[in-house]
Amino acid sequence: MNTVFEYTKGMTETELHYCPGCTHGIAHRLIMEVLDERGELGNCIGVTPVGCSIVGHQYMNIDMIESPHGRAPAVASGIKRVHPEAPVFTYQGDGDLASIGTAEIIHAAERGEKFCTFFINNAIYGMTGGQMAPTTLVGQKATTCTDGRQVEKQGKPLRMAEIMATIDGAVYVERVTISSPGDVRKAKKAIERAFEVQRKKLGFAFVEILSTCPTNWGLAPDKAIEWLRENMMEYYPVKQFKCPEEVK
Amino acid sequence: MIKKKLMKGNEGFAISAINAGCRYYFGYPITPQNEVPEYMSRELANYGGAFIQAESELAAINMAYGAAAAGGRVLITSSSPGIALMQEGISLFSSVQLPVVIINVMRGGPGIGSIQPSQADYEQVTRGGGNGDYHTIVYAPASIQEAMNMIYKAFDVADEYRNPVIIAADGMLGQMMEPVVIPEMKEAITEERISEVKPYALTGHKNKRAKNVINSVFLKQEMLEDYLNEYWKKYIKAEEELPEWENTKLEGAEVVFVAYGSTSRVVIEAMKILEAEGIKTGLIRPKTIWPFPKKAFDEIDPETTKKVISVELSMGQMINDVKLVLEGKYPVELINRVGGMLLDPIEVAERTKKIMEVK
Repeated sequence: MNTVFEYTKGMTETELHYCPGCTHGIAHRLIMEVLDERGELGNCIGVTPVGCSIVGHQYMNIDMIESPHGRAPAVASGIKRVHPEAPVFTYQGDGDLASIGTAEIIHAAERGEKFCTFFINNAIYGMTGGQMAPTTLVGQKATTCTDGRQVEKQGKPLRMAEIMATIDGAVYVERVTISSPGDVRKAKKAIERAFEVQRKKLGFAFVEILSTCPTNWGLAPDKAIEWLRENMMEYYPVKQFKCPEEVK
Repeated sequence: MIKKKLMKGNEGFAISAINAGCRYYFGYPITPQNEVPEYMSRELANYGGAFIQAESELAAINMAYGAAAAGGRVLITSSSPGIALMQEGISLFSSVQLPVVIINVMRGGPGIGSIQPSQADYEQVTRGGGNGDYHTIVYAPASIQEAMNMIYKAFDVADEYRNPVIIAADGMLGQMMEPVVIPEMKEAITEERISEVKPYALTGHKNKRAKNVINSVFLKQEMLEDYLNEYWKKYIKAEEELPEWENTKLEGAEVVFVAYGSTSRVVIEAMKILEAEGIKTGLIRPKTIWPFPKKAFDEIDPETTKKVISVELSMGQMINDVKLVLEGKYPVELINRVGGMLLDPIEVAERTKKIMEVK
């Protein structure tokens, strides 16, 4: 019998601690599948953030390090100086990347760092229990804006992919979602391109992944997917912002 | 004949680090330590190393964290408020047991303070400004030569203890020039040899070993308690093995000064003035301020010593360690200047006479 599908060697067999319907598991698996297919699991070094995915290293079968809140791009910059040929990535959520870590992500891009960042945007702080994030949508309720985010009080959410696309050193910027089978396949392609940009030393690669947080959104997993597609994809268009010719 | 070179402190620090095999440096501008990042930006690449001008001290210490985790030999320098910003990273380095050498070219504080020399970060460096249970090993050099020798050695101590080592310099040592003998060039560890020398380092597992993970978070508190009890043993070992000090003329002394760093040199000059006036004085100079050299105080002459005086450029920080060690056996007084102001030998001598009620 031919094997048509198997569990990637990139994932350990540890049971995920993520909530039912959370898309971290899909994002983890896609990154690991790409590295596995590229034969780079043994060379890769990954950086986890502060947030639900801090212990992502329990699930990913590569050398990994936890970083302080928001500092993953600085940590990755240091790693890359010691191992310039190793594929290196940061895996960061929206509180981590778009709030406490804005300086680090902007300046990693400014320097044209040769690593990839996978930005999990689920519009809320997950691990701490559902507080407002810089990416929380207008009207969306959170534990620190129980009436919903209001423009006059908290302003409008940050669009990180659009911001990153204005920085010359970020040569590959794409926003994807993993809320449908077709979108999952497209997201995997984007992750592949990001690692290829890094291998070719073209510059910084940034992939924003629209994701769900059913627990803190207060929605069932299927409703969370619907909410993402109806609300997040309107404010955060799924789009390739920048892509070098060499990896098209 | 040994060849000496006239050198500015900050440049001497950088050269000593490179010769000790340091190949990674991450810096952010802050006075009075700017010559270090400037020197590293020019020179480090010539030795196959890398320099990044970080976007902040926070980023700099986290770049250092990444590079140290990857097996590199790393130096970080800053001055007082910048070191305050780095505390998150210093606590983290300690928690995951990674080596790094940090030079604090101290200036006046608190807050933004002044850019002149100070020793007001004694508590910051010896107590740790970061969260949680940890210590940093702290050397306190009194000359540019001594600073260079301590930096040279500090990388090995940091590797042996897998812990941050801080060099508590000050603006005076950073900015002045002195003749020095440059320590010889050591062979740096190449990328290929990292796995062999530092088996914990992140190099990629190459499908040959289990993955390496550098982790600081413990979701089960019992595990964190066990971890801390285990790793605390190295601090007990450090307290036994690392204290260094230099005692001068304690026998027969009426007054014993305790002073470290550049301030100790002012005290040595004051001792000459006092001796000429018939007042016998001695000096205990801690060369490590954590671990504090408790044994140095055993040499105080109980027959003659009337008072112990802590001389510091702070409101009185080291004096608390001195009192802890002496356990009330001698009255302990303070002679100090603060905010970036310096002591001179005449002032130290005069204030000593006042304390001793000598007319």
